[in-house]
Amino acid sequence: MRIGVDVGGTNTDAVLMDGARVVASHKATTSRDVTQGIIQAITAVLSAGDARAEDISAVMVGTTHFTNAFVERRGLQQVAVVRLCLPATKGLPPMVDWPEDIADAVGSHHYMVRGGYEFDGREINPLDEVAVTQAAQAIRSKGITAVAVSCVFSPVKTEMEERAGEILRAELPDASITLSSRIGRIGMLERENAAIMNASLATLSTDFVASFRRALSALNISAPFYISQNDGTLMSAEFVERYPVLTFASGPTNSMRGAAYLSGLQDALVVDIGGTTTDLGMLVNGFPRESSVAVDIGGVRTNFRMPDILAIGLGGGSIVRSEGDACQVGPQSVGYRLREEALVFGGSQLTATDVAVASGYADVGDARLVAHLQGDAVAAARGAIHRLLNDAVDRMKTSAVPVPVVLVGGGAILVRDAIPGTSEVIVPKHAGVANAIGASIAQVGGEIDKVYDYAQWGRQEALEDARSSATERAVAAGALPDSVKIIDLEELPLSYMPGQAVRVRSKAAGDLPL
Amino acid sequence: MKLTQENLKDLADGAAFLATGGGGDPYLGRLLAQHAVAEFGMPEVIPASALGDDDAVFTSAMFGAPTVLVEKVASGEDIDLSIRRLAEVVGRQPVAIAPIEIGGINSMVPIAAAARLGLPLVDCDGMGRAFPEIQMVTFNVYGVSATPAVVVDEHLETVIIETHDAKRAENLARAAAVQMGLSCMISCYPLTGRQVKDFGVHDTLSIALGIGEARRQGARRGDPIDAMLAYLRETRYYNHAKVLFDGKITDLRRETKGGYTVGRCEIAALDGSDDAFELIFQNENLVARNNGKTVAIVPDLITAVDRETGLAITTEALKYGQRIKVIATSAAPVMRTPEALAIFGPNAFGLQEDFVPLEVLNQDIA
Repeated sequence: MRIGVDVGGTNTDAVLMDGARVVASHKATTSRDVTQGIIQAITAVLSAGDARAEDISAVMVGTTHFTNAFVERRGLQQVAVVRLCLPATKGLPPMVDWPEDIADAVGSHHYMVRGGYEFDGREINPLDEVAVTQAAQAIRSKGITAVAVSCVFSPVKTEMEERAGEILRAELPDASITLSSRIGRIGMLERENAAIMNASLATLSTDFVASFRRALSALNISAPFYISQNDGTLMSAEFVERYPVLTFASGPTNSMRGAAYLSGLQDALVVDIGGTTTDLGMLVNGFPRESSVAVDIGGVRTNFRMPDILAIGLGGGSIVRSEGDACQVGPQSVGYRLREEALVFGGSQLTATDVAVASGYADVGDARLVAHLQGDAVAAARGAIHRLLNDAVDRMKTSAVPVPVVLVGGGAILVRDAIPGTSEVIVPKHAGVANAIGASIAQVGGEIDKVYDYAQWGRQEALEDARSSATERAVAAGALPDSVKIIDLEELPLSYMPGQAVRVRSKAAGDLPL
Repeated sequence: MKLTQENLKDLADGAAFLATGGGGDPYLGRLLAQHAVAEFGMPEVIPASALGDDDAVFTSAMFGAPTVLVEKVASGEDIDLSIRRLAEVVGRQPVAIAPIEIGGINSMVPIAAAARLGLPLVDCDGMGRAFPEIQMVTFNVYGVSATPAVVVDEHLETVIIETHDAKRAENLARAAAVQMGLSCMISCYPLTGRQVKDFGVHDTLSIALGIGEARRQGARRGDPIDAMLAYLRETRYYNHAKVLFDGKITDLRRETKGGYTVGRCEIAALDGSDDAFELIFQNENLVARNNGKTVAIVPDLITAVDRETGLAITTEALKYGQRIKVIATSAAPVMRTPEALAIFGPNAFGLQEDFVPLEVLNQDIA
């Protein structure tokens, strides 16, 4: 059996899974001490499922811990940035566009050295190894133990970043070193930012893993534990110590993966209706579609992979207001006070949940408390809720073809009518803990993002190279080689380039040997 | 007009609107300008009328591929050197810097150049929008040589180009740029004050700033697009301005041809009407058609904007499902003459139709 836990901003959800069967589930308010909260959730599902610690073969955790730490500038450490670039890119030094408070938290220790590549892999300059060594010595004398390494066009060729990493490791054996090519994509500043963010979380992630490991052993669970990444795959404890940034936005991802698992659908639109907001995302081959634009996290622009999520202000606690014939639902919400403020719970605020109960969609609270509502007003509110949702669904679709919709989250009760542009609407069993179930799915992945010249490679050979590189990375992350499948392959032709330059992104995922 | 660190974002957003879908990401251009200004101070912006007829004015621009610039940004010294070398070659010192185009990147690079060299920046350019090639410039249309031109890379290696015509200059500069890694700086079209006054598209930096400010202020009231249109209608050239279509992208096809991204975008109306709208682009938007009938065509400006924020969307960033409004405005009169149309009219982009002004195609236009 395995345990999946998803720690969100409001709730910590946990499930005990036996194969595909949900043995027990648990929902609690997220505690201040994240590790303690996870431990309580695990204890609760173990006892509810009547299971013993030795029955557990793996524990999977999704957490917003690192995202929150970065956004709130909590527990960040000083980072040295080594950029392999000169003489290019001097015009924009590292962290050039960071908000002041977070730049202060991370410090400004920048070392630009000769090196870097052209778009086609030629060297701008050979790597200046002496300068990297000198930078390492300066970093050591400042007592800094986290280093981010970036390099012009490192997604095209990673050798220089790897070599610089070796030199730094030799000089700074205790430092945590992040190579930008392991995290980010084409777009040097954004990739470098992602590497700096990651490095700034090094101590925090080491502490998190250590305290979690201690807590599990106190529960006598000796099974390995894994952390959810934002692409829907897992990483090992060792990996999260090195790449904490890849957990950012894993919450919505886990809900989507759980929805895929519960519904059996690989390609669908997932609508996760919570108390205040609704998150919509597209499942493609069972994984979330990724955002193609730069993402702002805590005021810092980055471009590492993130799920493409549309959040709208509609949830079970959304406040319903009527003015004449017009009816407005949300974005204001009573949020976690739903059980005190909604009419059906004896409160005085008309909410979307009251509308669902008055419409006979759901049996929550006391239906008599909404019996006085006018049929017309209820219908108008219902119409407004569906309009918000219909519009959001239409925005997320990538083609005119109707798609199936999987509804999860506590607010799924708000919706009953057909949604235009969809083929069916599925509300699976256990939809309320889809996120924890999503965390418990045991797959790991690998990806690459690289520019190929099709004139030189040939399209088929280039795509094959992209596929096999992604597969190799998935296997390196722990996937069973036979189980690895390519889940995404994207080609983007580049303008003004000679030959046929095409940027190719490829992604593979496979099962963990559990 | 006066530039500040704060209003550079408005200027970059307005420039992205005038870039008609091309011109690169305004984000990097703005960062380059902001960083240079933080170090060297904000340059003064002067109208072309403040120039003496015999003053030397040089242009400054990024040349290569915007998709490479996102990795390999300018060093700064390359910007200075392109201008210094051009001064040596022509034997005259520039008294001011002018943009050659108004795009997300090339409206900003001249700000960095003027800041670094301590020169004023002329409120004027050679397109009043963005175009993909060096010859597509008003100065070329009216007989000013594009060369000598100096192309510089980050190693501070230079290529000096001297050709008989501007298209040849484009071809040679392009060949050099490939070797230089497709992110270089160019200074071309060494101009006199008289030529700037006679052939430039004037006030385009002020107008870009005005568009950006109108959008931002309008967004606060919830009507960024109306605010932009109201502003455009008060300007000298872009005064014919119209929302051609309001809809959702329902089909998008792109391919690379001769180094350019060419494509076609279909947009369906949001109000449920059956109107079929299409946008044809080659880096920049070239022609817009409603039910097969042309409603705007190059060199008039056609820009897709996000229908909520009013921010311009580059042709590279168009996606299926996006909700957009397509806005067209008239180009400057200096860009609509027969000589100008021969260089950057519809036929120059392989379109088999002649230019018809926006206000003729749309009799209802304000």
